[in-house]
Amino acid sequence: MPSPEATAAAFGEARGLVYQVGERRLIDGIDLRIAAQGLSLIMGANGAGKSLLLRLLHGLLRPTQGEVRWGGRLQDIAVRRRQALVFQRPVLLRRSVIANLRFALRLRGGDSDRDAEQLLAEVGLGAKARQPARLLSGGEQQRLSLARALALRPQVLFLDEPTASLDPASTQAIEDIVLRAKARGTKILFVTHDLGQARRLADEVIFLQCGRIAEQTRADQFFANPASAAAGDYLAGRLVPH
Amino acid sequence: MQDFGSAFGLAFGLVLSLDPELLEIVLLSLRVSLSAVVIACLVGFPLGALIAITRFRGRSAVLVLMNALMGLPPVVVGLAIYLLLSNAGPLGWLRLLYTPTAMILAQAVLITPIIAALSRELIEQLHDEYAEQFQSLCLSPLQSVRALLWDARYGLLTVALAGFGRAIAEVGAVIIVGGNIANLTRVMTTAIALETSKGELALALALGMVLISIALGINAAVMSLRLTASRHAFA
Amino acid sequence: MMHNHRRRLFTPARAIVLFAALIGGAQALAEEAILVQSTTSTQNSGLYDHILPQFTAKTGIQVNVVAVGTGQAIKNAQNGDGDVLLVHAKSAEEKFVEEGYGVARFDVMYNDFVIVGPDADPAGLSNTEDAAAALAELAASGSVFASRGDNSGTHKKELALWQASGVDPANASGGWYRETGSGMGATLNTAVGMGAYSLTDRATWINFKNKGDYRILVEGDPRLFNQYGIILVDPARHPNVKVDAGQAFIDWVLGPEGQAAIASYQVDGQQLFYPNYEGPWPPK
Repeated sequence: MPSPEATAAAFGEARGLVYQVGERRLIDGIDLRIAAQGLSLIMGANGAGKSLLLRLLHGLLRPTQGEVRWGGRLQDIAVRRRQALVFQRPVLLRRSVIANLRFALRLRGGDSDRDAEQLLAEVGLGAKARQPARLLSGGEQQRLSLARALALRPQVLFLDEPTASLDPASTQAIEDIVLRAKARGTKILFVTHDLGQARRLADEVIFLQCGRIAEQTRADQFFANPASAAAGDYLAGRLVPH
Repeated sequence: MQDFGSAFGLAFGLVLSLDPELLEIVLLSLRVSLSAVVIACLVGFPLGALIAITRFRGRSAVLVLMNALMGLPPVVVGLAIYLLLSNAGPLGWLRLLYTPTAMILAQAVLITPIIAALSRELIEQLHDEYAEQFQSLCLSPLQSVRALLWDARYGLLTVALAGFGRAIAEVGAVIIVGGNIANLTRVMTTAIALETSKGELALALALGMVLISIALGINAAVMSLRLTASRHAFA
Repeated sequence: MMHNHRRRLFTPARAIVLFAALIGGAQALAEEAILVQSTTSTQNSGLYDHILPQFTAKTGIQVNVVAVGTGQAIKNAQNGDGDVLLVHAKSAEEKFVEEGYGVARFDVMYNDFVIVGPDADPAGLSNTEDAAAALAELAASGSVFASRGDNSGTHKKELALWQASGVDPANASGGWYRETGSGMGATLNTAVGMGAYSLTDRATWINFKNKGDYRILVEGDPRLFNQYGIILVDPARHPNVKVDAGQAFIDWVLGPEGQAAIASYQVDGQQLFYPNYEGPWPPK
């Protein structure tokens, strides 16, 4: 009998993952195990392959080699239906705020006024339900795309630098929503290169360098004493090649 | 040019007196061309959107063909529809030749490639922006097409107008399949052709001015609708 | 709850029904209607606007006219796209009947062709009444001639005159011999525009409003005779031909009322068509 911890550790799994464009191996042989709970933070310098890894894990890209499994099942559209991804730049439909939300709610078979209003209240957009989504501020747009992701009731929520172009207040709002989702049991995979954000959010850190995993470490340990030289350089603010 | 002067006078006279024959011709023109646009949009929008979001072998050949068909000569379309609908043709039993329905069909065939090609272009640009998000949301092609068509609705209005402009202005197709029969299939353009052939150049020009005014009015109405509505929906 | 029972004015089903009515039905088919395949010369002259209301008032039968060149009219009738054929190319009409497309051909009316040209008459055609000689002279002078070039009745007549003149204009096609491939009115517009001579039926000419400084230069040659014939499309060949209504129209046109109606049509005090049916009535 495997221990509960071992089962949890095997919830998400990547084996021998390679993503190659031409001669360049942008993801160069990644093996990864991800727990069913908590917030896994993916860090690394620009070009280390953070966003690519996220897309491979979500199945938006097909790996050149290797495979991704969630709950033991190969990543496919049925798996992806239980996941959601928030992009760095929100892609909103040219409709009202509430229509954007209902679009997602309908995809998962539930579209009630109550669900939509509850979600909007959760992300603090209750008063703007009827406004055109594309006229919202950047922070509001990102909150709406986060609400849309949550409307899908995902087991796994991927976030690709969701606050990279937001101000501190907006960033704070996004982080609060993400942490609440985590508290309700949603698995979070969060890409960032903001060290402060990483310290605030991470349960564990997956540190990438040049398309490989330099280390995967519990957060308190990572920030106190990173195992890899690359992570050490990064934390110390030294410029490192990627 | 005294023809221009008298044409202006005639045009005003015709419009102000609400000449019943002119009214009938104008209404038939609108009925034929607007119906053709609706049909062409029902076919062309989904077709354009589907081609925009799918990748298949021979796709670029299809795109070249679609773009080439935008320049389909009306006379050729008219002739093809005539051969289909003629009593000696395969669809003769429908008894549609020399009816407004035949004219609608011909214009719909003429402008469907325009609607499909232009909406393909428009939808493809929008899809470039939406593609990854839609993939993440696991949308089926049908769901994607519906969402894209709805989000492109104001742009598609302009596409429909382009089709309407071509339909209301063409004479080659409707004169063959409609026959320019008085009080039955005579529309603005065939009436203009007839008056020209009678040497009634000023009257022909006056009818042309009325036609242009109608096209102008419809374009203005649609564009102002678009402006008002789009202000409420997207940035 | 009230709003659940709210009546919607615009439902998809209603939109479809409305649209179907728009493209399909909604045509005023109160009375019976026949389709006549005819020539631009008869329509452009205004003859039909004069005589058809009299026929419709008497019989309740609506007559719809498709006016194209005689060649195309005959072709359309061969395809069964029409009930009655009224054109002006006797030999082609007789062939149409012989080949089993038409029941029988009857003379209806006649007028004549004329050669028109600029008032200055650079080729000097107005000196002769002999149409063939005039054309030969025209060819020799190198003046421009605008031909219908569309296999219409007028075009066939013109080709017959060229043959009589001994000149083959095909050699000068694109040179002084310009084939417009258009209807009579369009060809006259072209001729006036480029100062060309042209052959036209008198009815279209009298009714033509864009004459400029043009006038009739050659007329009166017996070869310029222009006979119109009427034929019922053969129901044995095309069962959907409206035999009774079509025959009623032919009977009326060839009968005293129709013939009188044709004779009474005048433009600017000039009679355009001369009725000349001489067989038994009703026609057999």
